[in-house]
Amino acid sequence: MADQIYNAVFIGSIYALFALGFTLVFSVLDILNLAHPALFTLGAFTALFAMQQGVPAALAVLVAFVVCGAAGVILDRVAFAPLRRRNAPPLSAMISSIGVSLILIRLIQLQYGPDLQAYPAGALPAAVFSVGGLELDTLRTVIIGLAIGLMLALTYLVRSTRLGRELRALAENPRAARLLGIDVDRAIAATFFLSAGLGGIAGALYGFATNSPFSQMGQSFELKAFSVMIVGGMGSIPGAVLGAYLLSFGEIASLTFLPSELRDAFAFGLLFVVLLVRPRGILGQRDVDRV
Amino acid sequence: MDGLQQFFDAYQTTIGFIGLNAMLALSVWLTLYTGQLTLGNAAFAGIAAYGSALLTMKAGYPFPLALACGALLAAAVSLPLGATVFRLRGVYLAIATLAFGEVVRVAILAIPITGRGQGLVGIPPKTELWHIFASLLVIAYVCARLRISTVGRAWAAIREDELAAASQGIPVRRYKLAAFVLGALIAGWAGGLGAHFDFAIQPDEFGFARAVQILVFAVVGGIPNVFGPILGALLFTALPAVLQPLQEYRDIFQGVILVLVIVYLPRGLATLLELRRTARLRTVGAEDVA
Repeated sequence: MADQIYNAVFIGSIYALFALGFTLVFSVLDILNLAHPALFTLGAFTALFAMQQGVPAALAVLVAFVVCGAAGVILDRVAFAPLRRRNAPPLSAMISSIGVSLILIRLIQLQYGPDLQAYPAGALPAAVFSVGGLELDTLRTVIIGLAIGLMLALTYLVRSTRLGRELRALAENPRAARLLGIDVDRAIAATFFLSAGLGGIAGALYGFATNSPFSQMGQSFELKAFSVMIVGGMGSIPGAVLGAYLLSFGEIASLTFLPSELRDAFAFGLLFVVLLVRPRGILGQRDVDRV
Repeated sequence: MDGLQQFFDAYQTTIGFIGLNAMLALSVWLTLYTGQLTLGNAAFAGIAAYGSALLTMKAGYPFPLALACGALLAAAVSLPLGATVFRLRGVYLAIATLAFGEVVRVAILAIPITGRGQGLVGIPPKTELWHIFASLLVIAYVCARLRISTVGRAWAAIREDELAAASQGIPVRRYKLAAFVLGALIAGWAGGLGAHFDFAIQPDEFGFARAVQILVFAVVGGIPNVFGPILGALLFTALPAVLQPLQEYRDIFQGVILVLVIVYLPRGLATLLELRRTARLRTVGAEDVA
């Protein structure tokens, strides 16, 4: 039982990190960035590449953050900025991000192939310790701590810093934000850097925990992230965190009455019900665009 | 003539899939033309594919009847679904239909008669190429006629401004639902044909990736008229076959084309067909009339 709770906390933390980046771009720019799973995968493989060059795991996570962040900014310049300039509908941005995602995944496959990879032996902490009879491994515990730290840091950044204020102004009304003297282009670049960087860290950490990164690893997270965002409230940061843990605990609990191959049904059933009953989600504040 | 026959034999499957994909692209075009983003059409194709294949395999239904039953089943599912999800708009609508699609995929995995994860194998190959293209012709014709009819104008009005359309007395919900159900019917028909064209079907063929692919056909092809989705399906089905020698780089080409079209041809590939006409009209200053 305690074992399963620990598992739920772990997977919920990864869901949350993944969904935070997703939801950040959505809340600021109203874009559903379907290349986010590819950035997640890129994070896992950037860490792999760094560690194959002898970089320690902790530093490799940082490398993944920076590389994926930079990739996110480039993604915006290539796939989203031209559309923004001519006020294209959000659907166009979504399709364009699918294109980038195809390219990114294939580039990773050209380098590493489609199969499961492994991180260099001995590069990840393998120690196990026990607390009150519960066996915990160091790696997962560190990952949970790091993930929670990042969630708090992002919340602080958005709530209490100058950049956060700019982002919130931008989310409210891009035109007004520009009139108020906010450097909109810089704020957008920062949004993409943070979003993609968080996605990259999530990928690296999940890659570490499973020790089997592969080129399609982001896919299942994409669908789960929709669920997380809708349940918590589209575009809400605390909502994404709450949604992530609700989903992970719900999934683990559902295993007691659902066969394991139906585990995914829980996420989508939950998503569907929330959309119909309370489309703005549990913590969503702004009114959903509804008839 | 021999050369042509050889080409035809070698690419028969690809040619068939071009037609099937074109029908699916048209099925999602209907809702896109109404300004609604839905991602349920892959699931509707799946429902009909499994439904019709089980009818021909296990119940001994004649092929045309099984096809019709499959498509009607998809439409019957879409009606209550549409009645509930069309309370939502934008990404919420897209995600709700997507969730429905995943629930269908998981349901197929859960029902033993579908062969679950292994898929349904040994479906009698009853679909001929001409079935596919005759169906496509009829569907494209119906869509093109609908577009210029009162219904099509109402759809366009809803897309441009829902409130204004409602204030003109257009029953918005009903028209959206009509586009959705008709789309499900078409997707279902294509799904049934596809199941009997391909020998085997698997639940993954009707999942999220497929839904997105169908959307890509339609959007890259272009929403303004019915040629767009057909053109998009043609390009993105033929391209992988043409690029077979470059298999490793295939996705990169597709991705680059996708981004280029979205960035430089906002109204899709079909605008390439329109360019000459607008250019000519511009010289006589009649652009607004067109």
